[in-house]
Amino acid sequence: MKRRVILCWMMACAAATAFTATGSAPQRARVPGGTFATVLPPAAEQKTATVAAFDMDRTPVTNAQFAKFVAAHPAWRRDRVARVFADPGYLLHWAGPASPAAGTERQPVTRVSWFAADAYCAAQGARLPTWYEWERVGAASQTVADARTDPAWRQAILDWYAKPAGKTLPDVGQGAANFYGVRDIHGLVWEWVLDLGSMMVSADNREQGDPNTSKFCGSGALTLEQKDNYAMLMRIATLSSMQASYTSTSMGFRCVTDVGARP
Amino acid sequence: MKTWLVAVISAAMLIACGQQPSKTPATADTGGSRSGDFGPPQGEPVNAVLTSPPLVPPPTGRHAPAKVIVELEVREVEREIAEGVKYTFWTFGGTVPGSFIRVRQGDTVEFHLKNHPDSKMPHNIDLHGVTGPGGGAASSFTAPGHQTQFTFKALNQGIYVYHCATAPVGMHVANGMYGLILVEPPEGLPAVDHEFYVMQGDFYTVGKYREKGVQPFDMQKAIDENPTYVLFNGAETALTGPNSLKAKTGERIRMFVGNGGPNLVSSFHVIGEIFDKVQPEGGTHPQENVQTTLIPAGGAVIVEFHTEVPGNYILVDHSIFRAFNKGALAILEVAGDARPDIYSGKQADESYLSEKVGDLAPVAAAAEAKAAGKLTKEQQVAAGAVLFKGTCSVCHQDSGQGIPDVFPPLAKSDYLLKDPKHSIDVALNGLSGKVTVNGKTYNSVMPPMSQLNDDEIANILTYVLNSWGNDGGVISKEDVQKVRASTKRAEGAAH
Repeated sequence: MKRRVILCWMMACAAATAFTATGSAPQRARVPGGTFATVLPPAAEQKTATVAAFDMDRTPVTNAQFAKFVAAHPAWRRDRVARVFADPGYLLHWAGPASPAAGTERQPVTRVSWFAADAYCAAQGARLPTWYEWERVGAASQTVADARTDPAWRQAILDWYAKPAGKTLPDVGQGAANFYGVRDIHGLVWEWVLDLGSMMVSADNREQGDPNTSKFCGSGALTLEQKDNYAMLMRIATLSSMQASYTSTSMGFRCVTDVGARP
Repeated sequence: MKTWLVAVISAAMLIACGQQPSKTPATADTGGSRSGDFGPPQGEPVNAVLTSPPLVPPPTGRHAPAKVIVELEVREVEREIAEGVKYTFWTFGGTVPGSFIRVRQGDTVEFHLKNHPDSKMPHNIDLHGVTGPGGGAASSFTAPGHQTQFTFKALNQGIYVYHCATAPVGMHVANGMYGLILVEPPEGLPAVDHEFYVMQGDFYTVGKYREKGVQPFDMQKAIDENPTYVLFNGAETALTGPNSLKAKTGERIRMFVGNGGPNLVSSFHVIGEIFDKVQPEGGTHPQENVQTTLIPAGGAVIVEFHTEVPGNYILVDHSIFRAFNKGALAILEVAGDARPDIYSGKQADESYLSEKVGDLAPVAAAAEAKAAGKLTKEQQVAAGAVLFKGTCSVCHQDSGQGIPDVFPPLAKSDYLLKDPKHSIDVALNGLSGKVTVNGKTYNSVMPPMSQLNDDEIANILTYVLNSWGNDGGVISKEDVQKVRASTKRAEGAAH
């Protein structure tokens, strides 16, 4: 009960921050630290995760932003990238090795590997969000910090999953800002997370009751919580199918910075 | 007792002579996976022929174990689940169910799973014909735009379901990610004239049955096991109309029938046929003379029957509301000459007096008057009123007002009155499809009423034209004769 009170208090703070932040609309939104129920418990006995405050890009990184990075770091051009860092699909949809197709500048960049995303964020003095950081923001609707039990919220996310990829992506920033002032966390692209390698769940998710521990890395055997929360499970399944050099037409990313460490 | 002894002795003789029975006796144990390894693959690798439903690849025709390469591509596609209703299917090979795979027991299968770059989801495959953890699921987990490979030896013969097992498994299956793999017994299957591939599945859309537009997956309905559609081969029209399965009389039919689920169990039945042979649950030992066979979710059967009588045979899930209200219907059209010695068609349809039909005296009176050449319009109306009550009022109602949105009205019907003679054709041949009556569209089926004789139809129509405010007109027996002569009598008229 006490924890819930604290959480509520923090949510109020977050709401206030988001509200004041929208006026000047800095690139990143402040997400307060806190503890929340996670679908990927860090240990069998611990169903909650705790994150420190961080600032998150309000929108996914765009083609134009990524092109600027590639221009400054030509090793990440698609014709120069080391194959070990990006598969053959890397930036394949761009018009040229360093230039996205005209009209796609404001669309989220996709077909980027985890290595490329990691390098981009580092170049901004930032980093990729951890799964827990992403999950904390991803759990929010426009009005509440944790909407994961709201059937309408779940259905809206599933509706996006039902749309095949491969069609032209919309520009970033068109989705409504969520509780933290972050946009497009759902409904536009999948997003890389920093600790990709430590969140590998079994490829055959029916094994969750009797996990083969050799298939799990990092903090030990994971058991997915909220098994009816398909909206979250599918994102985890997708992330766990990707290796760091993989690219896909619907995988993008955004960056975060630790509070107090902003460039 | 005596025959049993003889059987034992002859079996003993077979063994004593060192002969292998050419075919496994129905009661023998095949040995399962312990007897399914025929050694390493021989010869050049073979590329498996994959077919889209309802087609089945040809028999392998092999007599030695081979290395078989299967390349299956996963694609997420939007297409019609019912007329005017779109749904995003996740598919093995672009179809629901997925491509049919055919190998021989003892084959070594090198399986390549390719996930199309436009896919949004990772996918994998669990083949029930695989001996090994997960049926291949963990070994085939494939991100969009990637491909994976694993190899298995098909140790057990039979017909097996394969499906996606990526989280959330239920949703991947509900979106159509299942198909069949046939592992032929070493001696192959007996030759037949047609092999068909049919697979049932249940589907869950946010909108109601046949609600138009793009319909997303409804997770809650799936959890509640309350499907919007129950379908054969992934669409309401997959195996009906021009897509019906086709055969001729005197042919042997084999159907590989699977059930992808994700939730429902199928009571598979073919209306008007009896399965001569069923391999229940896809197992080896057949059952004979079966009317309805149960197919579990994630299971399959092989059914065989022989066609004798021409006509349409309807495949249903005999949990029958699924057939008529959720789409679980498919049609096998059998062409050929009639066999009245086996099935006559309708031989008689005579009045059976229930309390609903009143005194038939006016009918008899009108028939006599007609024969005498003295029939009046009033006599026709009186006879027609009695006949209408017995035949037509069930749908069109006693006062001719019909049932809103289902059966069109006859009272003051612009459709009827603009061309009263056309009503003869409707009565004789029935009417199906869209019609507009008094500004409203109706889309139902009126069966042909050709069992009524010319007098009866003339009297009914004259009654209709002179009742409930309709402005008169007379249909004569001769009018009806003319129309009947010019149209082919519908076979097996209902009622």
